[in-house]
Amino acid sequence: MKTIKVEYLARVEGEGALRIRFRGNAVRDVELRIFEPPRFFEAFLRGRHCAEAPDMTARICGICPVAYQMSACAAMEDGLALSIPNHIRDLRRLIYCGEWIESHALHMFMLHAPDFLGFDGALEMARTHRDRLKAGLLIKSAGNELIRAVGGREVHPINVRLGGFYSLPPASELLALVPNLASARDRALEALEWMTSFDFPGFERDYEFVALRGSNSYPFMGRRLISNKGLDIVANQYDETFEERQVPYSNALQSAIRARGHYVCGPLSRFNLNFDLLSPTAAEAARRARVVPPCRNSFRSILVRCIETIEAFEQAIEIIERYDGAGPAYVEADVRASTGYGLSEAPRGTLYHRYRIDDAGLITDATIIPPTSQNQASMEDDLREIAPRMLALDHRAATRLAEHVVRNHDPCISCATHFLNLTMERE
Amino acid sequence: MSARQKQRRARLAVFKFASCDGCQLSLLDCENELLTLSESIDIAYFLEATRKAIRGPYDLALIEGSITTPHDAERIRRVRSESRFLVTIGACATSGGIQALRNFGNVREFASIVYARPEYIATLATSTAIGDHVAVDFELRGCPINKRQLLEVISAFIARRSPTIPAHSVCVECKRRGTVCVMVAGGTPCLGPITHAGCGAICPSFARGCYGCYGPDEAPNVASLMTAWTQLNRPPDAIARVLRTFNANAPAFRNALTHENDQS
Ligand code: SF4
Ligand code: SF4
Repeated sequence: MKTIKVEYLARVEGEGALRIRFRGNAVRDVELRIFEPPRFFEAFLRGRHCAEAPDMTARICGICPVAYQMSACAAMEDGLALSIPNHIRDLRRLIYCGEWIESHALHMFMLHAPDFLGFDGALEMARTHRDRLKAGLLIKSAGNELIRAVGGREVHPINVRLGGFYSLPPASELLALVPNLASARDRALEALEWMTSFDFPGFERDYEFVALRGSNSYPFMGRRLISNKGLDIVANQYDETFEERQVPYSNALQSAIRARGHYVCGPLSRFNLNFDLLSPTAAEAARRARVVPPCRNSFRSILVRCIETIEAFEQAIEIIERYDGAGPAYVEADVRASTGYGLSEAPRGTLYHRYRIDDAGLITDATIIPPTSQNQASMEDDLREIAPRMLALDHRAATRLAEHVVRNHDPCISCATHFLNLTMERE
Repeated sequence: MSARQKQRRARLAVFKFASCDGCQLSLLDCENELLTLSESIDIAYFLEATRKAIRGPYDLALIEGSITTPHDAERIRRVRSESRFLVTIGACATSGGIQALRNFGNVREFASIVYARPEYIATLATSTAIGDHVAVDFELRGCPINKRQLLEVISAFIARRSPTIPAHSVCVECKRRGTVCVMVAGGTPCLGPITHAGCGAICPSFARGCYGCYGPDEAPNVASLMTAWTQLNRPPDAIARVLRTFNANAPAFRNALTHENDQS
């Protein structure tokens, strides 16, 4: 029996390991193991005040803190039936654009591109592709600037609160960002052209794609969740639609659709289900790059991330140009016992929060389902499918291919509140 | 002396323990300095940035995250033994982080709330600072750290000088940047008077009270701040709540609350 073991997965956020076992040429099992020690967020949130959830859950993931803040606010506001004025919705979308840009740029240029080009990492890539990497860093810093302007700082922004923001950024400050955003968008357009020249392995899978469906623009926050296989629900039906399964070889939980099984969320899903909602510039760039739905090859997700980056720039510029800095910074919540459901699109996929709170506003129950635990089962399916190709490779090349397959889904292992230090449980 | 020896660049390693990755991300967030930095020092171990992993010894190890598992308690000793200087980055590594809230509860109970099979979880009952396990050469504060301060710490240790990182309170930073005091002028409760500087006083400049993400400053007077909060008509548990967050296990914050409980 041949065993391929990858001790550390470099360049995934957090740390994980993978084991694939073969019998002869047949794949016997695939285990994606996560070393991330449990941090017990859902437990210590109990007894905390509902207003504390955005800042506390942000600390689940330093790569997508805005997503945690947004899903937490959405869930609490849903429970409290708080209606959020348009200017606050716009600003939320704006800071979320910044996070998509920042996170996508990090993943495309520093983590994923080196896989395609055969480098160990971005710093090695810099030796021969310095200008490309510089463009990537410029895109990334434009995203960070946006988060800073709205949120105060790029990691764990301080300005987000239940009901809105602590203070609204002045219109002039945001307007001043536009020239830089526009030129960073142009860098992203060039990068898309460059990335289409990468060598994409033939690897099409019949995924079930799950994502928010936007109402009139490409979705960041929302309530309606759909798939290409007939799923069409609103946030409060999440628990009856999805389940978290315990797999036989570990006690890590993996999400599945009760009725059907594994699915994916993230850029491919959003793109395939919301292509018609892309802004003209992003849609045109996608067509030129010959990336159109259905895109079922997860290796091509880097192209979709780039298209989404262009989209985020377009939306950000459009929001800023409409923004006048007027209106209240937040709406006050009337705290009472309630259950709320919140969904938003983190850069790597749908992030679900559910909270029950009591009359004093204290949390009695919290559930958080991050994108990485939703995608974990599909990552393993991908690995199972590609594993026979790994047999023909030496260990180093096989390792690289496996890492590349995992990275296609941009896993953020710190996000996986359900992941743990696995114990083997075998027959 | 061989050319190679002459040119040997300082070796930097970045290790992660229980954390959100936000502090090490701050290093990648140094978009303008990253390439220059990587030319002057050898980034020998940084799994989030490269699969290339050069074995120790390292000149400088940056540690993110707290110790929460028996395996990690071992691993930090190994890292210490192969690092000339060891610097903790962020609240997790410096005080145990938000996951240290388990220290005030029952970890078994916590595990059974989150996991269907809690008996399989290899975890310690507490989340503790790196300094509780090994000697630490410098502690950089913040949840997350400030990337300017991170660059200062890296260059200082590489140059073998001590880093210029002030230990006064956030209040001083507000005065310096000319932010009107949110507590005196706006009646907004603020932890600024007892919180370690470093962020540049971001929250007050957004009309928000500081919530202490940099942890206690060098001489925090928690009791007098508690009185000030009470005068602003905050319920007695309001300040306790804020102290029990990202730096709950920092001695000055932890003891202030234990003391309070003893009295009541
Ligand atoms: S200190 Fe805060 S930002 Fe840094 S790793 Fe810990 S939780 Fe993340
Ligand atoms: S003002 Fe306080 S809470 Fe806000 S960023 Fe600074 S230290 Fe953290």
